[in-house]
Amino acid sequence: MADPALVRRLLRSPSALAGAVLTGVFLATALLASWIAPYDPVAPAPDLVLQAPSWGHPFGTDELGRDVLSRVMYGSRISLEVGAVAVAIAMVAGTALGLIAGFNGGLWDALIMRGTDVLLAFPGILLAIAVVATLGPSLVNVMIAVGIGAVPVYARTVRGSTLSVRQMEYVEAARAAGATTGRLLGRHVLRNIVGPVVVLATLGVGINILIAAGLSYVGLGAQPPAPEWGAMLSGARQYLRDAWWTAVFPGLAITVAVVGMNLLGDGLRDALDPRLRV
Amino acid sequence: MIGYTLRRAGMTLLVLLAVSVLVFLMSHLTPGDPATIMLGENASRADVLRLRHELGLDRPLPVQYGRYLLNVLRGDLGRSIRSGRPVAGEIWERFPPTLQLTLAATAVAVAAGVLLGALAATSRNRAVEALLMSASLMGISMPSFWLGLLLILLFGLVLHWLPIAGGSGWRALVLPAVTLAAQAAAVLARLTRASLLEVLPSDYVRTARAKGVASRRVLFHHALRNALIPVVTVIGLQFGGLLGGAVIVESVFARSGLGRFAVGAIQARDFPLIQGIVVFAAAVYALVNLSVDVLYLALDPRISYD
Repeated sequence: MADPALVRRLLRSPSALAGAVLTGVFLATALLASWIAPYDPVAPAPDLVLQAPSWGHPFGTDELGRDVLSRVMYGSRISLEVGAVAVAIAMVAGTALGLIAGFNGGLWDALIMRGTDVLLAFPGILLAIAVVATLGPSLVNVMIAVGIGAVPVYARTVRGSTLSVRQMEYVEAARAAGATTGRLLGRHVLRNIVGPVVVLATLGVGINILIAAGLSYVGLGAQPPAPEWGAMLSGARQYLRDAWWTAVFPGLAITVAVVGMNLLGDGLRDALDPRLRV
Repeated sequence: MIGYTLRRAGMTLLVLLAVSVLVFLMSHLTPGDPATIMLGENASRADVLRLRHELGLDRPLPVQYGRYLLNVLRGDLGRSIRSGRPVAGEIWERFPPTLQLTLAATAVAVAAGVLLGALAATSRNRAVEALLMSASLMGISMPSFWLGLLLILLFGLVLHWLPIAGGSGWRALVLPAVTLAAQAAAVLARLTRASLLEVLPSDYVRTARAKGVASRRVLFHHALRNALIPVVTVIGLQFGGLLGGAVIVESVFARSGLGRFAVGAIQARDFPLIQGIVVFAAAVYALVNLSVDVLYLALDPRISYD
């Protein structure tokens, strides 16, 4: 992944560079939130309720007097965690299933691919809702729900790439030389399908952040007083008339984070494989 | 074509059958016993056992599933725990406003997406193209609930042009439909642009231009007609996405509908209701995609699946 030519190709595109910078800011905020946030994100301050943005509180304060900037900063940590854990679940499960289906073919392939058909029969957020309904509303369950929803995309992509890699002469040669299936998969097949998986993962973090924030918005994810971006917007809904800042800044944070991940993902796709460009 | 349609319909049925298994298992995978949830934690052991027997929960799983499937096929989705009313009736009552919202959003998304995509593909002005592409990036990256809140703020609270929540009639539908449509419009605009850029250099487009056809007519009559074929498939997929997105948009605008009803059902852990809604939504989605695939075949005589 740290191929210098790839990094050069990536940074040559201004939009990919912008994506990398935005993603960098998002990651840095998430990692450093407890050091750079000026106030406690959850402790109420009754004498500071719904104050407009000022020098002391650049993003204003919310209905409990909490600093919106600090909550947005801590919120990036929750969103990054949800996005990354959900992608990890989807990536690991989807890649494993895709490898098995593509490499073995036959019954395994048929079973796994029909399984992904069933998961894809649920429109977008509905699958996540079904999983959250089964496990109960909470942030952890949202991660699992969103992760399961994204498994088919990885499984299908990895299966497709595995099918084409399996035919290559060097895999044939390795097999003839006596490589075990595990070694074939890990060393020869997996290495060649890293590209599409990384692209999917980068684009996936953004999508997952959106779905997870949506579930928290309707009350199925993060519960108060957690400084989660979707939940913050949900709380802001009823103060919209008097306190626009409580709704504007958390939403802006989600949008900027997702724009960054999308630009970076598009840039990575173009840099890794120009033929995939849409 | 009939052969393909039948095969495709058969696949859809199989997928829906698998969905019914998953949904049936949902209530068995959930922590806690359904009978205890229905009666409350303080119910006596005897009462719980009696209800378990009445619900058939003491029978083997395959038997329970068989009974469940037969009931679903007869249109009986069980009774809501909260209201005690039949789930099918409850769903049927809440579906029209959600369908109305989804259809309106689909119309907005298709109109805006195709027009903006065509504009981006044909614009000689790089600034216009860059602006349209940035707008589509925003559309894809912006959460619908935030866009909805911003629209409420601007058109409801500042300009007072449109109602901010609830209500009926077309005026109450404008903001929710635009909110729900934004993401799909952005996807369709990108796709239309890419598809047009592929079609525009073809010989038949050049021929039309060479024989003096007006450029607007070349675009709309000749090029778009072919460029829209892949777009139609995506419209089908987007419709399902919009149906799911209604869950959030209905909450933002406090509109009554199936989406908001589903959220309430989850919070109340009303399992029969949740299961019914999930089966219903998956069936609607599968049927829409089936129709789109068949329609696709009729639209493009070059495609043959047989």
